[in-house]
Amino acid sequence: MFLGRVVGTVVSTMKDAALKGQRLLIVQPLKPDLTETGKCIVMLDAVGVGPGELIYWCRGKESSFPFLPAEVPTDNTIVGVVDNIHLEGSR
Amino acid sequence: MLIAHVIGELISTHKHESHAGRKALIVQPLDLDGSKRGDAVIAFDAVDAGVGDRVLLVTEGFSAMTSVGRPESPIDMAVVGVIDRIDLDLLARPPASRK
Repeated sequence: MFLGRVVGTVVSTMKDAALKGQRLLIVQPLKPDLTETGKCIVMLDAVGVGPGELIYWCRGKESSFPFLPAEVPTDNTIVGVVDNIHLEGSR
Repeated sequence: MLIAHVIGELISTHKHESHAGRKALIVQPLDLDGSKRGDAVIAFDAVDAGVGDRVLLVTEGFSAMTSVGRPESPIDMAVVGVIDRIDLDLLARPPASRK
């Protein structure tokens, strides 16, 4: 899984039927020190997150498992909201 | 599998139900010379590893979710071992790739 911040949403009307009702969010990947890394990614939301929230997401086929038994075509899905990060040497 | 260093822990209350009761670690993948290999990632703990440990990291879903005992759940990385020692035969590799 990876850290990220929700920075936007995507609206799409014509899409795969299994994507109907799913929220498409734009996420900026982050390092553990919360600096940006890489480019933004569009992903689904399995937990209900809000704009600007610090989240972690899952990559690959596993990212469609929260929606079982529906077979949702996604490659990245938000699976949790981050409350806190404890880094070595920072306590 | 990758060699990685556990650098922290992640706390989350609002998350997928399959993640409940599992410790989420922040791990930094390493090269053989101990330098960073890309950005740190979040992995679930299958072996009771902790901050400061050098560990084995799987980065593929099936191995990750079975090792933490949560099949068919959105888990793509897991810590599956704590490394005691690494023995390298440096002379077995050409100088250019000794990293």
